[in-house]
Amino acid sequence: MKAPVKLKTVKALEQAVEAQKKLRQADKKPVLTVSAGTCGQARGALKVVEALQTALKKAKLDKKVKIRVTGCHGFCEAEPNVLVHPHDLFYQKVDPANADTIVLETLKKNRTIKALLYKDPVTGKTAPREKAIPFYKKQRRVVLGDNALIDPTQIDDYLAIGGYGALAKVLGKMTPEAVIAEVKTAGLRGRGGAGFPTGVKWEMARSQKGTPKYIICNADEGDPGAYMDRSLLEGNPHRVLEGMLIGGFAIGACEGIIFVRDEYPLAVKHVSLAVEELRKRGLLGSDILGTGFSFDIRIVKGAGAFVCGEETALIASIEGLVGEPRQRPPFPAEKGLNGKPTVINNVETWGNVPLILGKGGAWYAKIGTEKSKGTKIFSLVGKINNTGLVEVPMGTTLREIIFDIGGGIPGGRKFKAVQTGGPSGGCLPTSKLDLPIDYESLTAASAIMGSGGMIVMDDKTCMVDIAKYFLNFLRDESCGKCVSCREGTQRMYEIVTRISEGKGKVGDIELLEELAAAVKDASMCNLGITAANPILSTLRYFKREYEAHIKEKRCPAGVCKSLIRFTVLPDKCTGCLACKRACPNDCIHGTLREVHNIDQEKCIKCGACYEACRFEAVEAQRDEAIVILEGVK
Amino acid sequence: MIALKLNGLEVQTEKGWTLLDTARFFGLEIPTLCHMDGLTPWGGCRLCVVEIGEGPRAKLVSSCTYPVEEGLVVHTDTKRVIAARRMMIELMLSTAPMSKEIQDLASRFGVTRQRFPPRNEECVYCGRCIRMCDEQMDARAIGFQYRGYKKKIGTPFDIRSEECRLCGACMYVCPACAARCGGPNADTDICNACLQVEPTCLEKYGELTCWMYDAGRCGTCVQEKKS
Repeated sequence: MKAPVKLKTVKALEQAVEAQKKLRQADKKPVLTVSAGTCGQARGALKVVEALQTALKKAKLDKKVKIRVTGCHGFCEAEPNVLVHPHDLFYQKVDPANADTIVLETLKKNRTIKALLYKDPVTGKTAPREKAIPFYKKQRRVVLGDNALIDPTQIDDYLAIGGYGALAKVLGKMTPEAVIAEVKTAGLRGRGGAGFPTGVKWEMARSQKGTPKYIICNADEGDPGAYMDRSLLEGNPHRVLEGMLIGGFAIGACEGIIFVRDEYPLAVKHVSLAVEELRKRGLLGSDILGTGFSFDIRIVKGAGAFVCGEETALIASIEGLVGEPRQRPPFPAEKGLNGKPTVINNVETWGNVPLILGKGGAWYAKIGTEKSKGTKIFSLVGKINNTGLVEVPMGTTLREIIFDIGGGIPGGRKFKAVQTGGPSGGCLPTSKLDLPIDYESLTAASAIMGSGGMIVMDDKTCMVDIAKYFLNFLRDESCGKCVSCREGTQRMYEIVTRISEGKGKVGDIELLEELAAAVKDASMCNLGITAANPILSTLRYFKREYEAHIKEKRCPAGVCKSLIRFTVLPDKCTGCLACKRACPNDCIHGTLREVHNIDQEKCIKCGACYEACRFEAVEAQRDEAIVILEGVK
Repeated sequence: MIALKLNGLEVQTEKGWTLLDTARFFGLEIPTLCHMDGLTPWGGCRLCVVEIGEGPRAKLVSSCTYPVEEGLVVHTDTKRVIAARRMMIELMLSTAPMSKEIQDLASRFGVTRQRFPPRNEECVYCGRCIRMCDEQMDARAIGFQYRGYKKKIGTPFDIRSEECRLCGACMYVCPACAARCGGPNADTDICNACLQVEPTCLEKYGELTCWMYDAGRCGTCVQEKKS
């Protein structure tokens, strides 16, 4: 391979983009696209790639067929998946053993392999094409869609889909003011959670006198169950870098920093490769493309503290200090990294920038609602059929996301709540399903947009337990600077733990409400301000459940261990031994075709038997003592 | 000069002042714990919170760290502020009930209930000692360790620090371990021995009627209703 040519003019960049586009159009080779993001690799995508390579070699097709290893396509449930082009087929959950069949049947004989097609869990229908799958059909993948088209380690792949075209346009024809105006027209708002208008932030930083100026890409995604930033960064790093280059030009920054958590090794690897490649091509460094714009990007790895997603804590962490937030104002746009004007935007925000400059702010502003423009990527996880990354226009309702795209709740169970915005978000009940998702409406419903985590819960979920889980996360991740957050989350956790153990007292709910309000009011940074949300939202929508725990000493969902007991219903038990095999503590007695018996002394209440029983013979019951207590009433 | 509205009054302040400086300059008392003259503002104890802004956008900020801004509307003693302060005192009191400084705060602000099980620690993590050691003694021998509820203060690796000159400044500024409350009640109770005020004008008339516009100063309005 010859050394990459250093691009010296804007024209040269435009030509390079055109050349790559033509190359791709001219290339008529069939392509096997394997999704191999972190999740795909965990499900064995790399082994599939290897198997496909050997299979192609065996069939003597290795020169005629291209294998493209891409980042995540978003449909986690179907990982690892293989797209066959030009047959336009979507094979899901591919095993290395399937490689030979794919090559022999599909590539050689042009036949579709029915067993590998997507099957709707509800209707049972198969869908051969990606576009026909309900999960993809309702989405609008303007940011994430490109992941399936490119190998993230190859800059040429990104050029071939028109990448860096927006940068060429900006550097060649636009002034920084015009770039900011375009972003303002688009109405882009920060995707990190708070939804601050990006254009305004940029303008603030541009108007500051201090130099040098910095831009930072916040890739410290710490919410449990959220991974859209990771997928974008590892699946399409150049897009984020292009956004940062455009932002750097608009603000007049000289350096960009990507703050990425070390728990994302693949993202770190891909983005480091991409930065190297950009330097080689002359798109980073001094006097980029002869325009006089000098800019470089470095990568800072975070140690995985949730609070470092807060911008002032993030800056402190980059400076080498303890990751603790400080007072805003002064805002980072005025005094940020090293006391200089700094713009911090989330990965997804940067990923939207090239789109806006490429297609125009007016085009972008057509997507979404009046106040929230564009699309938003959500990571749809929890009790949902189609787990994955979902990109929808703002204003899409929760019902559409959960039932149309997500395919509803598995096992025919009932929807109970959805937690939006990560640990500091809120739980929304069934009555809020028709809520159109944008920044304002979510805040009004005491949840937040957050970075886009969406955890779906079914009727087997106890809301007190959920609040306890998130409070445990928050008390651990609080930096501990403010009394309100450090002591407040700890005390809220203690109270909720008490309630879940059946030791709750009358007055605990009121105390929780009072404490939550104080924590929300008095904390300095957004971690503390939103730390009370798990409590406030569950209390607002599921107060009855708290009351059941406190007054009746029972857990309606059958989750809180201290309040339940597992017993076998003799008339339903068939003696199949399934529960006995599932029990990790050997506390189920009984032989084949005989009614089983659970040793309550030994039972650790893990619920494995309950899950394993197919005849609904094992039932979660309330503690005996409590039954008596209720009888007295 | 920067003009802002402090408790309804137009006042002039200097650039670089914090809201706490301004309030104190105009004679309004705001309680503080982690703040100390001569040390950089920290904003951790949240006792000095004041309400800024109006209507639904009004929020609480720590006055010791918030710089003055042109046209800012500040209220130092609204019900929301008092409620937050009381809760902060209650939280700190449950952590370190043996501190005289915190017991005194409790009495001054009418915290008469203790609803959290006391932990009897000797530290409320205000960080005064750390800043004292760093900024005034130029030693940097101690610092914060861990985070969240596991946070503590100590020397690196918890061994005797070579930087430490045993000057004792850290102990001198400590609000928790320096002086014990000598009140009549047991250590773990709320002492409230110095609380001798009765009327509850704040509950009765709201914060607008106080002639000083400085609820908490005379102490009469801060005691909780005895119910």
